[in-house]
Amino acid sequence: MSVLLIVLLPLVGSLLPIMGSNDRRGRCALMTAIPPALALIVAGRHAGTVFAGGVPRAAFDWIPALGLEFAMRLDGLSLLFVLLILGIGLLIILYARYYLSPRDNLPRFYAFLMLFMAAMLGIVMADNLLLLWFFWELTSLSSFLLIGFWYRQSEARKGARMALTVTGAGGLCLLAGFLLLGHIVGTYDLQTVLDSRDMIQADPRYLPALLLVLLGAFTKSAQFPFQFWLPHAMAAPTPVSAFLHSATMVKAGVFLLARLHPALAGSEAWLYLVGLTGLATLLYGAYFALLKYDLKGVLANSTISHLGLITLLLGLDQRMAVVAALLHILNHATFKAALFMTAGIVDHETGTRDIRKLQGLWRAMPLTATVAVIAGAAMAGVPLFNGFLSKEMMLTETLETSLLGGLGWLIPALATLGSLLSVAYSIRLVHNVFFNGPQPELPRTPHEPPLPMVAPGLLLAALCLVVGVMPALTATTLIGTAARAALTGPAPELHLAVWHGFNLPLLMSAFALIGGTVLYVQRRHLFAFQRQFRPQNARLNFEAGVQWMVRGAQQLIDTLENGSLQRYMLWLVITILCLVGGALTHTVQLRGSQPLQPLDGLLVAGALMAMFAGLATAVLHRRRLISLLMLSIVGLVTSLAFARFSAPDLALTQLAVEVVTMILLMLALFFLPQRTPKESGAPRILRDALLAAGFGGIVASLNFAVLTRPLESISQFFVDNSVSGGGGHNVVNVILVDFRGFDTLGEITVLCIAAVGIYKLLNRLRLFMPSSDADGRPWSKDRHPMILVSVSQTILPLALLVSVFIFLRGHNAPGGGFIAGLVTAVALILIYIARGVDWSQRRLSFQYQPIAVAGVGVAALTGLGSWAFGHPFLTSSFGHFHIPLIGDVELATAMLFDLGVYLTVVGATLMILANLGKLTTPHRPSKQKEKA
Amino acid sequence: MEALFSMTTGVLAACGLFLALRGRTFPVVVGLTLLSYAVNLFLFSMGGLDTGGAVVLGDKGGPHADPLPQALVLTAIVIGFAMTAFSVILAMRARGDLGSDHVNGNRVDEPREERS
Repeated sequence: MSVLLIVLLPLVGSLLPIMGSNDRRGRCALMTAIPPALALIVAGRHAGTVFAGGVPRAAFDWIPALGLEFAMRLDGLSLLFVLLILGIGLLIILYARYYLSPRDNLPRFYAFLMLFMAAMLGIVMADNLLLLWFFWELTSLSSFLLIGFWYRQSEARKGARMALTVTGAGGLCLLAGFLLLGHIVGTYDLQTVLDSRDMIQADPRYLPALLLVLLGAFTKSAQFPFQFWLPHAMAAPTPVSAFLHSATMVKAGVFLLARLHPALAGSEAWLYLVGLTGLATLLYGAYFALLKYDLKGVLANSTISHLGLITLLLGLDQRMAVVAALLHILNHATFKAALFMTAGIVDHETGTRDIRKLQGLWRAMPLTATVAVIAGAAMAGVPLFNGFLSKEMMLTETLETSLLGGLGWLIPALATLGSLLSVAYSIRLVHNVFFNGPQPELPRTPHEPPLPMVAPGLLLAALCLVVGVMPALTATTLIGTAARAALTGPAPELHLAVWHGFNLPLLMSAFALIGGTVLYVQRRHLFAFQRQFRPQNARLNFEAGVQWMVRGAQQLIDTLENGSLQRYMLWLVITILCLVGGALTHTVQLRGSQPLQPLDGLLVAGALMAMFAGLATAVLHRRRLISLLMLSIVGLVTSLAFARFSAPDLALTQLAVEVVTMILLMLALFFLPQRTPKESGAPRILRDALLAAGFGGIVASLNFAVLTRPLESISQFFVDNSVSGGGGHNVVNVILVDFRGFDTLGEITVLCIAAVGIYKLLNRLRLFMPSSDADGRPWSKDRHPMILVSVSQTILPLALLVSVFIFLRGHNAPGGGFIAGLVTAVALILIYIARGVDWSQRRLSFQYQPIAVAGVGVAALTGLGSWAFGHPFLTSSFGHFHIPLIGDVELATAMLFDLGVYLTVVGATLMILANLGKLTTPHRPSKQKEKA
Repeated sequence: MEALFSMTTGVLAACGLFLALRGRTFPVVVGLTLLSYAVNLFLFSMGGLDTGGAVVLGDKGGPHADPLPQALVLTAIVIGFAMTAFSVILAMRARGDLGSDHVNGNRVDEPREERS
């Protein structure tokens, strides 16, 4: 059977509980338990192969382009974790069935739990770094859901959010680290990465990659200084704490350290970063575990401490230390899960978790007390319990490390101190709660919970004892196989035994046991000492930090993006001035090598006129009509300039657009204030004038620099191929409808969209319609002057004829769809102006929206048509045909495309102007209302 | 000639920008139009300033005028018109809905002439 099943069964299984109902909780729990049980069987069937040194693997491509493969492997390290996750997971399913009250939604809980289990299995079995990361983030998400399971409690929500923020941020660091590793090695395949140790550590990117990966691992495993989220995650239901925050999820970080040990470890950086972080966490957690009053708070801090211990072992430079770390992972998972379960039972039965209120519970719940005593003894490292084995190994290894060099004696000393604290809080936990005098008054009268609720704890306690007494029989194979996967080369011989003879580690151990007991007895001095410090609440600090960041971001946004167009324009202009101006200062000489062309009188006159009119537009801008008239002069001179410099197409277009633009702006001005009030003070005017002058100077300099330099253009290609490739002699038109036809298609689409947008903007617009101009002179009563009416009607057919002519000749002489469309539009608008909208609309009984859309459609279909002949989009073809009476005619598909352009321009232009014009009709009902 | 041409584009661009920095919508639209004239002239001149160049293949004139900037500017002119139209209608709509023609949407007093 494929190893993929181990992950896929629980993943699919996360859907099973949803089908169950909250009323039949037993059945729901049973259904949930089936997939992990099956997965456990699959893992068991592969165990033999793994112990023999094989690595079963299954894979299929997911996103090959990214190097992402859905690859699963089952080596020794994976197997150790798979057994832990599935085994403890099954016990938790049983325990949660009794722990959660009938009010809690059990199917939902199980669904989250299974999702988490699948994600966790994915992490430990992934054979691809990216896939590992994917499951890593999935555990963050599913643990968020689980911590926040009691989502009505603010504590749960905040704790969940904090855990997600910290582990999620760490996950992003991890991704960055993995990407770096992938770049160094060239693949994300895990085995290749593990085999490339020398290549990775010789690379300059090794250190940043290591730091990022460690950030990911340390946040997940609650290592100092990221430990603060774990105690707040205890707001979760206790089964979650037992499963995620002691046995599995927080072990993901140390798993990662073990997993990447062959590739990343062995350097000074690894030794110091990992070793010292672990040591700091070990002491920090142990100290605060001793001081907490909440049962789960003690356990959370002791978990932090033990995770620190594992990290310390993984950081040390002896091979045996890694073996010790793996053994401790197994041991810690068993006794800590058991302790969490007893804490949950105590809470469940008494209604409180406060150590100060609990006492002498062993009479009421002897079975639970037995579990607590055994697990507590394991945690303290008492001989004959499993915790003793790994603690002895740890002490042995700290004696031999090269960490800190000459100050190396500090490491075993501090490790002994950590063990001492560990003994003290273990005794406190067990003795305070279950013994220490008679049972006080409690919110509920405690008694032993139903057997299935204690059974998981009993089983785990039995494991602690069995492993502790017979280590060689039980754990050696599993740990030895796991160590082979976490180390390069042959794993050291593992001799697990209870008795190693009298040696220094045993002495240290004994010292810790005695010292811890003394410390517990004298603990009131320690509590008195601690009371001198201000209590720190990590959650409040965290929330304050988050709020500070949000405020800072908001302030930054308010400063940069205050909704003022003027402010945005200012930033934009200043950026342009700095960037382009800065680049121009690097130009040695503005004038290039090209000789200047001579001036003539006409040019000087035109330029002066344009400059004068431009300046007048700006200076007189508060008198809007005059400003507008000046603007039209600039437009006309521009058109003349195009004509002068051999661009008749542009001149025609500019002329037609100029007319349309002016009509549009005039119409708009009718509805807007006729004058601009004085707003800007002198400093503002000066600032803007200086900015504008600077901008103008840069534009002029750039333009001059380009004009005086030799020109290298790709245009010769278009000139050479215009006739042979596009069948037209007017190169500009051929470029528009053929060579760059796709651009033109985009442009007419934009035109059409703008027209539709305007149509919608004008919908139900109500505007004040003045009856007199700015100086109080009433507008003329004669709305449709006779002369204009007659002239416009005479001109219309003529103009249409001209536009057809311009359109048809466009391919071979100046003209084309754009210009022809504008000419048609202008002729029609003239009718509108002369006769009014109502009169014209009655006679021009068609809508303009369909015309504009049809234009884009025709152009697009022309392009698509070439597909029918097996050519790429918008390939044109042309041919010469002989038509009787008319003679030789050249027809090109490009002409059809041009027809689309023509229709779009006509439709869009008239849509804009006719709709705006409609606002002025006398029949608008809103008009009278507006006036009043 | 080149100096005069670039001076003209520079002056037009400066005037356009000055207007675009004003506070009321209409001058801003006028300024954008002016700016687009300047930009079109600037773009057009990227192909060089040809006097009496050939326009259509087969013309007897001088060397063929650069057609590429012309094609680009031609569409730019039409798109520029669409942009001007859109922004001016947006200005009208803003005035209709907000009662103000200030670009920042400030509710400022309308000029006196409007109150009659």
